[in-house]
Amino acid sequence: MASPNTAPGTGTGSASGHPDNAPGHAGSPFAYAPAPESRSVVDIAPSYGLFVDGEFTEAAGGKVFKTVAPATEEVLSEVAQAGEEDVDRAVRAARKAFEKWSALPGSARAKYLFRIARIIQERSRELAVLETLDNGKPIKETRDFDVPQAAAHFFYHAGWADKLAHAGLGPDPRPLGVAAQVIPWNFPLLMLAWKIAPALATGNTVVLKPAETTPLSALFFADVCRQAGLPKGVVNILTGDGSTGAALVSHPDVDKVAFTGSTEVGKAIARQVAGTRKKVTLELGGKGANIVFDDAPIDQAVEGIVTGIFFNQGQVCCAGSRLLVQESVADELIDALKRRLTTLRLGDPLDKNTDIGAINSAQQLAKIRELTGIGEAEGAERWSPECELPSSGYWFAPTLFTGVAQAHTVAQEEIFGPVLSVLTFRTPDEAVAKANNTPYGLSAGVWTEKGSRILAVADRLRAGVVWANTFNKFDPTSPFGGYKESGYGREGGRHGLEAYLDV
Amino acid sequence: MSDSDGKGRLTVLKTYKLYVGGKFPRSESGRVYEVTDAKSRWLANAPRSSRKDARDAVVAARKAFGGWSGATAYNRGQVLYRIAEMLEGRADQFVREVADAEGLSRAKAAAVVEASIDRLVWYAGWTDKIAQVVGGANPVAGPYFNLSSPEPTGVVAVLAPQQSSLLGLVSVVAPVVATGNTAVVVASETRPLPALSLSEVLATSDVPGGVVNVLSGRTAEIAAPLAAHQDVNGIDLTGAGGDAALAKDLEVAAADNLKRVLRPSGQGGPAADDWTQDPGTRRMTAFLETKTVWHPTGALGVSGGSY
Repeated sequence: MASPNTAPGTGTGSASGHPDNAPGHAGSPFAYAPAPESRSVVDIAPSYGLFVDGEFTEAAGGKVFKTVAPATEEVLSEVAQAGEEDVDRAVRAARKAFEKWSALPGSARAKYLFRIARIIQERSRELAVLETLDNGKPIKETRDFDVPQAAAHFFYHAGWADKLAHAGLGPDPRPLGVAAQVIPWNFPLLMLAWKIAPALATGNTVVLKPAETTPLSALFFADVCRQAGLPKGVVNILTGDGSTGAALVSHPDVDKVAFTGSTEVGKAIARQVAGTRKKVTLELGGKGANIVFDDAPIDQAVEGIVTGIFFNQGQVCCAGSRLLVQESVADELIDALKRRLTTLRLGDPLDKNTDIGAINSAQQLAKIRELTGIGEAEGAERWSPECELPSSGYWFAPTLFTGVAQAHTVAQEEIFGPVLSVLTFRTPDEAVAKANNTPYGLSAGVWTEKGSRILAVADRLRAGVVWANTFNKFDPTSPFGGYKESGYGREGGRHGLEAYLDV
Repeated sequence: MSDSDGKGRLTVLKTYKLYVGGKFPRSESGRVYEVTDAKSRWLANAPRSSRKDARDAVVAARKAFGGWSGATAYNRGQVLYRIAEMLEGRADQFVREVADAEGLSRAKAAAVVEASIDRLVWYAGWTDKIAQVVGGANPVAGPYFNLSSPEPTGVVAVLAPQQSSLLGLVSVVAPVVATGNTAVVVASETRPLPALSLSEVLATSDVPGGVVNVLSGRTAEIAAPLAAHQDVNGIDLTGAGGDAALAKDLEVAAADNLKRVLRPSGQGGPAADDWTQDPGTRRMTAFLETKTVWHPTGALGVSGGSY
């Protein structure tokens, strides 16, 4: 199994296992036999309520909505749509729980978090299948990345709970109070862990709203909290749409807002909290540049490029969605990349051999189609490997745009899909200038064998995370977050604690 | 402001000017406003900066950012220390200006100037330490070397405190530039003269032009275009602390490009503006980004057994 911080979906290491002559599409003598993971390990109820003050209850307004499996459009369950009244009830429950939770010795809070980490590990297969069903991402990603990383986040932060005075954030760091947390659909359980683990470790209580299209793993997490014996009201889960999230972050009794999602919504939140005492962290969009110099090991770079943009169907805020390749090796690299893309296996996310799963929603698929349509209309050259898409569900073939200029929409806007825009450069200065030429600043990659060039280029990239000769690596100990319009604040590591503390 | 030096000689008054890009321009608007002492006696006419002055200052600050943020931390420390040296040498002038501006006795004003000099020395020493305090290696679970380092946010608009015309000013500007940011400073509206005179100290202290730019005038008028400016990366709202509605409006405008906002004290910012206290690191970290760089560590294969 890959080390837990390795994005495995299309990661390095898996590549050498399937040679170029083993394309995934049917008809090849080397086609893989189906290897589906069993669904029987997970039991999804026909409906779920809101998890408030330790109990599942219906929404006050009685409204519900359906959540579907993006790979098949099958309805998985019906969940409650929380309204303002429910938000208020949840915030009050969290406020009430805060008094005792924050007064617990750190060592006791730590033990709850260790319990949660262990229960996630114990239930990892169930959670992986659930996440794959509700999100559409390949089982090998949920199994080897999302769920182990979620457990690791709780394990890491558990250890901080009784050591906060030693974190270098001042002698007496104090919790803020009630944290309102709104998370996206691309890594539902993992984003929940990124939010809840540091909040609880630092003594806050939370009201978390999972994304509209991926509510189930958060609801299962509520059950994990019950098994762990977590006091009532410490974690509250409200399902709903954007209006629920807006009501939550604007609730006057919330002390902290943590949001991961689009830059547009992030800006709206920043405006909304202006003039309040609410502390805010925002983890927003990106248009990461993956820079390949002429001395880079081409085969490794190709694997890194594939990991960078096709991991999780490219629905990753820090995706390497812009490939900047030095002109002298551009043809060679693009040929190798295209060869590699023909070997990616797109299809049933529950199949253990699947590299590319489904797009999360019809809405997201429409957005990817629209932006790629604009890419073609603006004159970039579009290419996809021969790729049969399933007849039902939301699917998009891996796509390359070559001949992309900096002004093109596909070089500027976040597509959040399996779409790579290829640009070229001649000098390191030009590469850096192009890499920095977006309003975003979340991630970047550098591929070169020359150590001093790695350091010089990394130094000048205005991005919160830089991967040198690798891409899309994550770890609970490693702070993550953006420059510029990719948001502010960091999540993970010692740095991430500050977002939940009055120091 | 006395007309003579006590021996019958008519004194030479100073024309106070803005400080932008290392130069001392008048406001492009040609406007000035009257600055008085604590007893409402006329002290000088200060430039009343316009939106255009604010934009010019941002251009100057952006131009200076690459060089200043790329300078070694040791170099920045020496430059900050040089500011302290220059201020010490001109202490008498500042004692007079602070006493006039804040209505302090000469002894109290002297204490303020001394504290201001000492604050600069304090931050001079921080430039090459903050990276070790807030950065470091992260023990990731895999074969990677992973290092987090602080980097300056960029161009920061600083609304200097309205009351503390020198110590407060130094206390908000020094942490911004010590960490490699460049600053557009809006001086205290009614007490701008120490800030405008500090520009003359900066200009003779090896501070590259554009690293600190100082504007005087109506805080609300100058702050609005700075808060909305798309090439400003952060804003310190300390000087808007007395006007909650203004502070809120500026924070709303700042959201358009997600500026890093340091709220006024007591309004989500620092607990209080007591400039005599140990400042801590908060004013530095408010305008620092964290960059984390991952490097594969590779493997030596079986030869690792030779340990």
